Amino acid sequence: MPAMSNDTYGSKEATSGDYQYGFATDIEMEYAPKGLNEDIIRFISAKKNEPEWMLEWRLKSYKIWKSKAEPKWAMVDYPPIDFNDIYYYAAPKSQEDGPKSLDEVDPELLRTYEKLGIPLHEQEILAGVAVDAVFDSVSVATTFKDKLAEAGVIFCPISEAIQEHPELIQKYLGSVVPQTDNAYAALNGAVFTDGSFVYIPEGVRCPMELSTYFRINALNTGQFERTLIIADKGSYVSYLEGCTAPMRDENQLHAAVVELVALDDAEIKYSTVQNWYPGNEEGKGGIYNFVTKRADCIGKNSKVTWIQVETGSAITWKYPSCILTGDGSSGKFLSVAVTRLKQQADTGSKMIHIGKNTKSTIISKGISAERGENTYRGRVAVMNSAKGARNYTQCDSMLIGNNCAAHTVPYIDVKTSDAQVEHEATTSKISEEQMFYLRQRGMTEEDAVSMIVNGFAKDVLQELPMEFAVEAQKLLGITLENSVG
Amino acid sequence: MIEIKNLHARVDDKEILKGLSLTIPNGEVHAIMGPNGAGKSTLANVISGKDGYEITEGDILFHGQSVLEMEPEERAHLGLFLAFQYPVEIPGVNSMTFLRTALNAKRKANGEAELDGAEFLRIVKTAMKNLKIKDDFLKRSVNVGFSGGEKKRFEILQMQVLSPTFAVLDETDSGLDIDALKVVAEGVNMLRDPSRSFLVITHYQRLLDYIEPDVVHILADGKIQKTGDKNLALELEEKGYDAVIGDAA
Repeated sequence: MPAMSNDTYGSKEATSGDYQYGFATDIEMEYAPKGLNEDIIRFISAKKNEPEWMLEWRLKSYKIWKSKAEPKWAMVDYPPIDFNDIYYYAAPKSQEDGPKSLDEVDPELLRTYEKLGIPLHEQEILAGVAVDAVFDSVSVATTFKDKLAEAGVIFCPISEAIQEHPELIQKYLGSVVPQTDNAYAALNGAVFTDGSFVYIPEGVRCPMELSTYFRINALNTGQFERTLIIADKGSYVSYLEGCTAPMRDENQLHAAVVELVALDDAEIKYSTVQNWYPGNEEGKGGIYNFVTKRADCIGKNSKVTWIQVETGSAITWKYPSCILTGDGSSGKFLSVAVTRLKQQADTGSKMIHIGKNTKSTIISKGISAERGENTYRGRVAVMNSAKGARNYTQCDSMLIGNNCAAHTVPYIDVKTSDAQVEHEATTSKISEEQMFYLRQRGMTEEDAVSMIVNGFAKDVLQELPMEFAVEAQKLLGITLENSVG
Repeated sequence: MIEIKNLHARVDDKEILKGLSLTIPNGEVHAIMGPNGAGKSTLANVISGKDGYEITEGDILFHGQSVLEMEPEERAHLGLFLAFQYPVEIPGVNSMTFLRTALNAKRKANGEAELDGAEFLRIVKTAMKNLKIKDDFLKRSVNVGFSGGEKKRFEILQMQVLSPTFAVLDETDSGLDIDALKVVAEGVNMLRDPSRSFLVITHYQRLLDYIEPDVVHILADGKIQKTGDKNLALELEEKGYDAVIGDAA
């Protein structure tokens, strides 16, 4: 099937408003035709030079997707999505043959990432952070690959891993989030285009932070990222993803699947700073962020920590979870989610205790402002086999103004007699007294809000890798700048 | 120098300050005493620009400049400091970060360079020593879990660090035992200086044993009813408000 070619699209630079990543990059793109069918899937698979088994896997996902309804239990409201009005593949033309090195990457793309604060030239990058940059449907650059290879670490676009490391992909892809899990996961399985693949060999402590930067640029295009991280026995890795998109009046779909596998004594720390375009104050435009993220702590004493700072997206539907299979394994979920404008977030975590003496911690900080709706939804399940399981859950909500809302929906399901499961929840408002106190000490209204909010979210922010904690604090401050008054 | 001229202020429809006038020259400490409901805290709030008060008449001049249209932070940048009667908790914000942000906000507004960590620490450590505050104090969240005495000492620490030219102390003595009261008073006395003035609001004469005022005013029914020297406070203690301001009140 021929690819359509669109010359410069969406050239209107949208930089108004307070979303500073709202600009669009003017670059020649190659698209697959709009819509979803087997031909499109074959097209994507062919574009990626995939082996036959991968195509079969995609087609199977597609069949499952067709049989599944979208999940409707979340406290979010949006009009039906026309899945045939979406481009499932969009790639900068200049990337067609795949750049071999940074020198071959289109300078316009490099400029885009620079503008986003993510310079891809290795000498300019934050020391000790390797970056994979994903632009719409393709990975445009991965830095420090050689240095990581010396340690035996594989960090590459998943499309490359399918070709270079088929044994690992066949073993683990879909092993944590099965194709049948939910409609979005099935959809992702059918049309995923890029994302990162990480493998940390036995006993290796990954020598640097790994990070992927996702950018949706093209109009009417869905981004279906697929990430798979495998930490072999006794290894350690810290991974961070960042996300932004231009300001557009149309909603765009981002349906990602992230799978983490931690073997015996391995540890994975997965941090997200999600700042997709949130739409405007009337709820027009913005990203639908429907994401399935799950870790299997399959090994004994393995450990997974999810940390998320969610400030963007029109709608967030996301429950990074841990299946605590291995005895003595532990899972943590630490979240700060901000909704303002007319944003809706239904987010939380699932902790499924299967192994003995497994531990889980959930700390969720929801901040609602303007007309934002914020729901914490979480599930703690302790199976018969999980003797000695322990969970601690803390859900705190902060309200700014009178038109926003916060909800807490915990599900607790315990099948053993000796489990310790604790749940605490609080709701607070930024008080006039607090604001006056800080302003009397010389801080502006914005600085005062930023200080109070950062204090509220401190338990989570302090767990972020240091390089990103400062950024995340600033992001919270900027996001809420105009929300008080 | 601070001048309050014929100040009328109301909350909702209730007039609280009814033509209050007061002038505090540089270098002087004035005390305001008065019964409950006299308008003492309203005065402190109105001077520092808290929302919720409507000024219907009069003016407040700070070094000759009217501050009525200024935001609270702009007044703070001019050198105004309010030691709160009820210091506010800010969970999760450590006291060190809070102090440093406040000091640098003021410096920035006044065109001064922000202080680096070492310079800032030197200033804070000196002030902490003055006020007998322990080192680990700054790691705690602002006012969270502080005892009454700690809260007030922290207010005075902030005052020392921010080094205002005019400070209002709103019932700083309330909730303090005698030892804490002495430490707080010493902290204030240390800052007494020909370029700086203070307004000390209190219910009781006790604080004035330690912070000796140049002038004492009695505030009742939204106005200054009587002004005198420190002996007025002693007289008040002895005879009570009714006897001292009887006719006026």
